[in-house]
Amino acid sequence: MVMRNKFNLFYQGLEQAEQLDQIQDLIVGLRDTLDVDHAVYHWVSTDGEQYGFGTYPPVWVQHYVDRDYLRVDPVIIGCFQRFHPVDWKNLDWSSKAARTFRRDAISHGVGNQGFSIPIRGPNGQFALFTVSHSCDDETWTAFTDDHQRELILVAHYLNQKALEIEKGRAPEPVRPLSPREVDTLTYLAMGYGRGQVAEMLSISEHTLRAYIESARFKLGAANTTHAVARALAEGLIVVGGAAREADGHWPGKGDQQAVPA
Amino acid sequence: MLSNGDTDMLRYIYGDTLSSHARLQDTMHRDRTLQFRDRLKWDVSVDENGWERDQYDDLNPLYVIWENERGEHGGSMRFLPTSGRTMVNEHFSHLTDTQICSPLIWECTRFCLAPDASPRVAGALMLAGGELMRAFSLTHLLGVFDARMVRIYRMIGASPEVLGSTGSGRDEISVGLWAYRAEDRMKVLRRAGLSSSISEAWFNRSFGYTIRMAKAA
Repeated sequence: MVMRNKFNLFYQGLEQAEQLDQIQDLIVGLRDTLDVDHAVYHWVSTDGEQYGFGTYPPVWVQHYVDRDYLRVDPVIIGCFQRFHPVDWKNLDWSSKAARTFRRDAISHGVGNQGFSIPIRGPNGQFALFTVSHSCDDETWTAFTDDHQRELILVAHYLNQKALEIEKGRAPEPVRPLSPREVDTLTYLAMGYGRGQVAEMLSISEHTLRAYIESARFKLGAANTTHAVARALAEGLIVVGGAAREADGHWPGKGDQQAVPA
Repeated sequence: MLSNGDTDMLRYIYGDTLSSHARLQDTMHRDRTLQFRDRLKWDVSVDENGWERDQYDDLNPLYVIWENERGEHGGSMRFLPTSGRTMVNEHFSHLTDTQICSPLIWECTRFCLAPDASPRVAGALMLAGGELMRAFSLTHLLGVFDARMVRIYRMIGASPEVLGSTGSGRDEISVGLWAYRAEDRMKVLRRAGLSSSISEAWFNRSFGYTIRMAKAA
């Protein structure tokens, strides 16, 4: 439960962040929350330009660039153009260059374990969100099992924010909520349970879950409650009294107000 | 209940490495031509090689392909995350009244069976869809399929919830959702006539590891 609350703080901070140094602070906080050695966001443009933030030692980052490790790093090679999360131990470390790179990374404190989520942005944009740590395989497997779903979302939200902030890069337009998603969040905001909402929309609870999942992603929200709150705050859904009191004109509104109670 | 042939297997292959499986690639695209252009009469593009291909094949999708004992295509489908461009959102959103968008929901399109595919192939492909959901913590798959598939999915015991359809009879095209349910796996394994261990071995061969047993929800 504590963990969930800390994730919420990260999401809320990210939502409000307007500058890269704010994201840097958030990612340090996220690393502490996850209790791993490192959390890193790494963007590689099609022309090989690199950009990122996170908790790797600056010395390692510079060393990585100086040695042109981008060309041999099995994480980059193994994740490029992919969209499934990758545990580093499943990558191909067999070449001499890769083994040298690995030794170098570990000696710089990167850790012997890693888990990376590739992100495909607009126009061929490619980025990775990585967490790394020093521990045995069993401990790492337990960690990634527990956190994979959350890390996938964090990766995409970070990327969206990076696209927004980085000057000269056009962020992906925020996708509007679909009518079904508006219905779903509106009924949830009104206090109906998932079972009731599914029944009102004549769909199964499994399908309702897909609408909630999609709406939460579009809103960059940590969970369903957060998604409902954001949709309300941004005026994407209107509920009860708010609907009655909303500004706007429609046939009969003025007439009604003119009628004495 | 291991696979009945010596070499038939499921392969999980990204588009950018498909050409290193040239025979599989060629026969998959030709079988897609047979299914989508010739049999279903869909308005699809076929190139000079006789391959049915569309713009989503250019987005480096993940294919799941059943390779038969001759090293040829027995059946296949194509996956893309709905956080990016998808066929459902760009061509079929009018059927569903929604635009599903999440890295935890992948689109599954071009479900194709070779003309001589055994009934187990469809089951094996459904199993693969479940393995992807299990391995990558997906919540759902979102699919586009033709009328014949509705019956096949029902036979396999993995019917999607249909969100919307267009056309009628054999021309019907539907969009549907499969939710991940851990308990479905044994049922689909049984219908496909495959063991859990062989499925894991095939996955491992493509992705470099064995899927961890998911915890009970």
